[in-house]
Amino acid sequence: MTDPYSLTVNGTDHQVVDAWLGESLLYVLRERLGLPGSKAGCEQGECGSCSVIVDGSLECACLILAAAAVGCDITTVEGLQPGRGDFTTVQEAFIAEGAVQCGFCTPGLVVALTDLLARVPHPSDLEVREAISGNLCRCTGYGRILAAAQAAAKAASDE
Amino acid sequence: MKEFGYERPAHPTDALAMIAGVAGARFLGGGTNLVDLMKLGVETPAVLIDVTALPYDFVTDDADGGLRVGSGTRNSDLAAHLAVRRRYPALAQAVLAGASGQLRNMATVGGNLLQRTRCPYFQDVTKPCNKRVPDSGCPARDGEHHNLAILGGSDLCIATNPSDMAVALAAFDAVVFVEEPAGPRAVPIADFYRLPADEPQRETTLEPGALITAVALPALPWAANSRYRKARERASYSFAIGSVAVALDVADGMVRDVRIALGAVAPIPWRAYRAEQSLRGQPATEVAFREAADAELEWAQPLRDNRYKVPLVRNLMVRTLIELVQAS
Repeated sequence: MTDPYSLTVNGTDHQVVDAWLGESLLYVLRERLGLPGSKAGCEQGECGSCSVIVDGSLECACLILAAAAVGCDITTVEGLQPGRGDFTTVQEAFIAEGAVQCGFCTPGLVVALTDLLARVPHPSDLEVREAISGNLCRCTGYGRILAAAQAAAKAASDE
Repeated sequence: MKEFGYERPAHPTDALAMIAGVAGARFLGGGTNLVDLMKLGVETPAVLIDVTALPYDFVTDDADGGLRVGSGTRNSDLAAHLAVRRRYPALAQAVLAGASGQLRNMATVGGNLLQRTRCPYFQDVTKPCNKRVPDSGCPARDGEHHNLAILGGSDLCIATNPSDMAVALAAFDAVVFVEEPAGPRAVPIADFYRLPADEPQRETTLEPGALITAVALPALPWAANSRYRKARERASYSFAIGSVAVALDVADGMVRDVRIALGAVAPIPWRAYRAEQSLRGQPATEVAFREAADAELEWAQPLRDNRYKVPLVRNLMVRTLIELVQAS
């Protein structure tokens, strides 16, 4: 057990008590803070399903010790949405383009593509492919996801 | 995962005192390799000393015209740095060729230098491995070795160093700055890693408790004409099965100077001194490049399932040299 600590997630401070230092940020988000949007896939940094944004940087929550994220500004997929039931441009594009099958990789991809479009508003297809190379999807074959990325970029520039 | 303690010192002296004071303490950088190995049970540190709060996140010009990179610099920041991209392009390319965007955002330069092999036997605690458990044996020589060493291995170990970044650093004669219990030391990259010989568990020449603080890239104007080329089983997000970092200084069709380092073929980033020596003063032609590659690879000792690496790396060297002549 460790002393209580505080994590800033989606703009809100959360107290974490009775936790062990070895818990990953992913575990704490899902099991202690009630934020199950980040998915526990490989838990080895391979699949990207746990992608979150830490101080503006896209990272794998499974390889971050939660206690090491104290003082950081953490954004999960839940924090991207303006409100429950409201979808972001990237999420709307996923729905419209049929980029979701089983859905397990979707939150990580939404976070990764949101990060990409914030840095590169009009990415080439190759830039999209490189940006999501750390996010594994075993259902779609990626075609619809690439289409959704371009649709989201277009929708954002039309707004 | 085995229980452990966690510290996050803000000052290097505190970090060094902490690691000296606790048996089984380990420094933690981005965690992309160490935390993964802890989950696998390969690493079981008693205490993690997180070094990411230390003042080592920088890229600055050295007075001699070189560049100095702090050990806490994230891989993505290193690859994106304008001076690195302009003056040492092979280094930026090598870093970008490694891992995924998420992992490059996390991984540090110091941690990248110290990452462990991805040999499947090293990563599997149910298997023998002389590196993980000295004298337990090595099943790789007769087993799964398709991505293991063709150069520099020993009877006890043929694991490959997995770093892309370190291959470029080897080509540029980088110098690693460390703080050790006895004081600070500057370690040329050629002396930083050690071949497995009869002690595969010792991968570097660092003293226990050493803290990497920075890496210096010596001034090398013609390093601007350099390139990293990586062959792998997928187009992205995969470890190399062979790679080269090459810098070429060519004038009037002659090779004035050249640097060549190879990745994924040896337990260390492999500097191809024999190939370099064979090329200096020679015409910059494909024939000479092939002879140079052969001069290095005639020393290769491939096994049953990694013979493909010899022609693969030969072709990587030749193609990259030709590209650099065309770019000159």
